[in-house]
Amino acid sequence: MSLPGHRKYRRRLFRNRGHLFLAILALLFFPNKNATAHELSGFAGGEARLFDQSAIQPGQKDHSASFVAQPEYYHEFAGGSSFTFVPFYRLDSADEARTHFDIRELTLLWLAEDFELRLGVRKVFWGVTEVVHLIDIINQTDLVENIDTEDKLGQPMVNLSVARDWGTMDFFMLPFFRERTFPGRSGRLRTALVVDTDRAVYESAAREWHTDWAVRYSNTFGDWDAGIYHFIGTGRRPTLLRGTDSSGTPILIPFYEQINQTGLDLSYVAGDWLWKLEALYRTGQSSEDYFSGTGGFEYTFTRIYETSMDLGALVEVIFDERGDNATTPFKNDIAFALRLTVNDPESTEVLLGWVQDVTSNARSLFLETSRRFGDHWKLSVEMRASFSQPASALLFSRRADDFARIELNYYF
Amino acid sequence: MAESPEEKGLAIAVEDDKRDNGFNDFTANMVMILKNRQGEESTRYIRNKTLEVEGDGDKSLVIFDRPRDVKGTALLNFTHKTGSDDQWLFLPALKRVKRISSSNKSGSFMGSEFAYEDVTSQEVEKYNYKWIRDETLNGEECFVFERYPVYKNSGYTRQVVWLDKNEYRIYKIDFYDRKNALLKTQTNKGYKQYLDRYWQPDEMFMKNHQTGKSTLLIWSNYKFRTGLKDKHFNRNSLKRAR
Repeated sequence: MSLPGHRKYRRRLFRNRGHLFLAILALLFFPNKNATAHELSGFAGGEARLFDQSAIQPGQKDHSASFVAQPEYYHEFAGGSSFTFVPFYRLDSADEARTHFDIRELTLLWLAEDFELRLGVRKVFWGVTEVVHLIDIINQTDLVENIDTEDKLGQPMVNLSVARDWGTMDFFMLPFFRERTFPGRSGRLRTALVVDTDRAVYESAAREWHTDWAVRYSNTFGDWDAGIYHFIGTGRRPTLLRGTDSSGTPILIPFYEQINQTGLDLSYVAGDWLWKLEALYRTGQSSEDYFSGTGGFEYTFTRIYETSMDLGALVEVIFDERGDNATTPFKNDIAFALRLTVNDPESTEVLLGWVQDVTSNARSLFLETSRRFGDHWKLSVEMRASFSQPASALLFSRRADDFARIELNYYF
Repeated sequence: MAESPEEKGLAIAVEDDKRDNGFNDFTANMVMILKNRQGEESTRYIRNKTLEVEGDGDKSLVIFDRPRDVKGTALLNFTHKTGSDDQWLFLPALKRVKRISSSNKSGSFMGSEFAYEDVTSQEVEKYNYKWIRDETLNGEECFVFERYPVYKNSGYTRQVVWLDKNEYRIYKIDFYDRKNALLKTQTNKGYKQYLDRYWQPDEMFMKNHQTGKSTLLIWSNYKFRTGLKDKHFNRNSLKRAR
């Protein structure tokens, strides 16, 4: 029990501390009247995940409802330098592992005349394709969020970026590694054996304190955009090893290896055609060096049937040299998708896709659609289903996990 | 001197272009009000930064503030006198920069009744011209001329432009679709002069006659020669634009 006065005092103290912290930051950077000062935005909302079939893995709950919030604080100093803080929280009804907090961003950006220096926790995306994000490597995947691997955990880093006439060089020092999140025992969309994240093992004795490095060059050459990078450090996707927990129950243990990876991304625009390629060569994972690539095109039909709607048709192939030994679900596949942009005031969008395994009947379908209601609400509906997955496929354990995800968020 | 209507039209466009040259750069805020046939409104808040490029089309950065779900979305556009423009879109949720195909200039600009070709920089080389007549519009003595897009994939066969003779300000444009039917009318209002030279309207209104929809652009906070440079218009600046 606490006295109301006491609570008020604590609140004031907290507020003053916040002010002090900001004042120090502001002093460091000389505040600018014209810059965006103390801006708060973000979103909060609810999500339901509904599954077509009952759960087949032991301990799983059928459906889930969850609450999510991601506020964003932004302050800009003189000359464009800035401070950003983006915490994230999800509270899930079905899976304890999905209830989680993360700092998506906590960054100080120093914008100098000749370079940009970013210190802190951030998200960086590399890549050009739509169906799989092959070469993207800086951030760890927040897999409990969604299986499309587009949700990422905040990555601590020092990033120096130098943009010149001859292109942009980015240097990354990544002092701390983030472990991938995996659904818990009661969560759907998991492997048959539960991944025990508490038992993660590392190739490096420094474990998550191993310093990773990356350097990337990117540039635009007329209709071409190109990027090439090299990464040295802890592989983001662990190899899952079989093991047992203290009670003797079989589990999977994530094993994080030291890898070297060179990645390339290319895009070429020619009229209504957009051509894309991502490729990587990785050494160090499971002592099997391999090449992997994905690429294809997107063709846009503008103003279909004389409406304001645009329709994009895209085809992408996915190739992994390791074939059935690949640690990713897609290794020899072809994907077809249609993207409808309605161009209405509600920004309605629909993406419908089909991924077909070239060597078997296995295929998956996905639908992503979103629409804004009023100025602040956005409704997103996503459906994913997989068919005829052979027992050897990574998606086999999720064969009963066809689902619809309905999300309603309030943006402020 | 017998000047043909085509020569006169071109001369007007060249003079107009000359008067607009040398601004170097400007920034401005824009409120976009979309209205459907039923009169329902939807409002967007956008900021615009433009850099003049000598010998080529302008570079521009368009940043979304509202609605909040698209906040931070930004579009980088390099227009060219001939050929396709270069466009990149930044999606803040994914932190992803996407090259986008810009060849089809007739596509809607941000869901509005303005097409990309209506809002990107107007270069003399993009059209053929023909002077039609002189006419008084809203008390201003105007040239009325037609311009015919020479670039590929335009949504128009022709545009009829009302430009005032004194200050070369566009007051009205009629857009004719590919079947040569009247599609849209743009009217500009509230011209103000900046740096004692450059005229900019406070309001641009686009009415689509075929769908009944309309878009109103309200401009404010124009600032010229703010010191923007090439390096403020690259993919790095697109990522941190907000």
